[in-house]
Amino acid sequence: MTNNTVLGGIDPEIADRLLTRRDALRQGASTSSKVAVGLALASVPVALAALAKDAFAADALPQNIVDVLNFALTLEYLESSFYNAAVGTSGLIPDSDLAVFHQIQKHENEHVAFLEGVLGAAAVPKPSFDFTAGGMFADVFGNYETFKAVSQAFEDTGVRAYKGQAANLISQPDILTAALQIHSVEARHAAEVRRLRGLDGWINAKIGNLPAAVNAAVYGPGNPPADFPAEDNIVQAGINLMSLTHYGVDPLSAAFDEPLDKATVLAIAGPFIKS
Amino acid sequence: MSESASSTSTPLVVNRPLTAASRRDFLRALGVGSAVVLMPSMFAACSSDATGITRGSNAAVTLDLSTDVGVLNYAYALEQLEAAFYEAALKNIISGCSATELHALLQIGQHEIVHREFLKAALGSSAIPALQVDFSSIDLTKRDSVLQAAKTFEDTGVAAYNGAGRLLHSAAYLVLAGKIVSVEARHAATIRDLLNPKSMDFAGDDVIDANGLDRALAPSAVLPLVAPFIVTPISA
Repeated sequence: MTNNTVLGGIDPEIADRLLTRRDALRQGASTSSKVAVGLALASVPVALAALAKDAFAADALPQNIVDVLNFALTLEYLESSFYNAAVGTSGLIPDSDLAVFHQIQKHENEHVAFLEGVLGAAAVPKPSFDFTAGGMFADVFGNYETFKAVSQAFEDTGVRAYKGQAANLISQPDILTAALQIHSVEARHAAEVRRLRGLDGWINAKIGNLPAAVNAAVYGPGNPPADFPAEDNIVQAGINLMSLTHYGVDPLSAAFDEPLDKATVLAIAGPFIKS
Repeated sequence: MSESASSTSTPLVVNRPLTAASRRDFLRALGVGSAVVLMPSMFAACSSDATGITRGSNAAVTLDLSTDVGVLNYAYALEQLEAAFYEAALKNIISGCSATELHALLQIGQHEIVHREFLKAALGSSAIPALQVDFSSIDLTKRDSVLQAAKTFEDTGVAAYNGAGRLLHSAAYLVLAGKIVSVEARHAATIRDLLNPKSMDFAGDDVIDANGLDRALAPSAVLPLVAPFIVTPISA
């Protein structure tokens, strides 16, 4: 599989559908989605429940916030569908590791329900997925090592994706806080999966032990690179961290995770999204 | 770990019991003790002894959390606490710790020191002074108590950053805080996995709620949690 395929990105029409709520509005809120919203609302925190109610009733959230949340929801659909399929595949995950992936599966499904609850009728529909990414990971549900590699790619990319959107949520403190709360859960997931693969839980330089092209995309720079550096970055706020301690690149880069822009995240996720 | 070979920062390969010599290597890699430290002032203000009590400023610190400088100083205070903890713990022979666990503690300690020194440099003359810490309530010589304390510090750090994000006015600072908090979460998951391997605890139901959300604590909730370990009075 070439770099092109990995970075080739997502079909513009699919991206448009994922990132706007036009389809959802055109289709209107079905009864089932209203029920889903109601169920989700039962468990969201008070502040967000109020927001969600407004969003459901009157599109109270600004469009740019809705777009960020739908982007997040798309990634959570990807992750939740991935783990639901994997946990449901007999013989894939060894018994010794099942507790870990059950917990991750639970959280990703909770994130979907939570974001659907906040977005209400503005939530994008769930896409259909190809977790082999067009054959790049042909044995993703037949080979535990392949499954863990894809899992790590999703989790580490998820951390970068949420981080990349934080600044866009600064005007909505409650939603920002919730996004941060999801962000750190994704980071816990990423650390655990990395450890299951024999890596450190944090990202030393760009070490991920993923197929080269995927590794380069998941841990590489976004656009523009000045705002979204690669994970081996050791300059923060204009300060070269090497000037502060005698440490090398591994701990200096691992001490800070880097954000990723939406387009670059979708380019990584694109091969997994069918429609 | 497959990453050790590529590491440029931790010259030691920890695959043997800690001897006096390898312990010196640990300290050198952490940047404590008498070894290579390019910034001699880095630890001068907070030299530590075996009791885990660090002598720093004891003048009361007041954080104005309505300003970004105040929020960043709040983060700096927490990073000082975390870094000082690992410095103090790794000065001891931690009985019962495997080489893998020590290696993880060493790397985490390095990250916390980087956070502390970065925030200190970024804040410049606006930085609060070095805090006086007190870990005498923690048995720093035993694996279980060190890991349990590390778990508490890391989980608290995650919750503190998650709760402080909304206090920041600058998007750039918010992103910076975001870059740090996910690393704290990776630490927390790692420590939790060392304590209870391959269980649900790396992101346990004790910290993640039914919406799949990690904890977010306001400074008013965090400061009392860390107060037992910080001698310097901090108010906000």
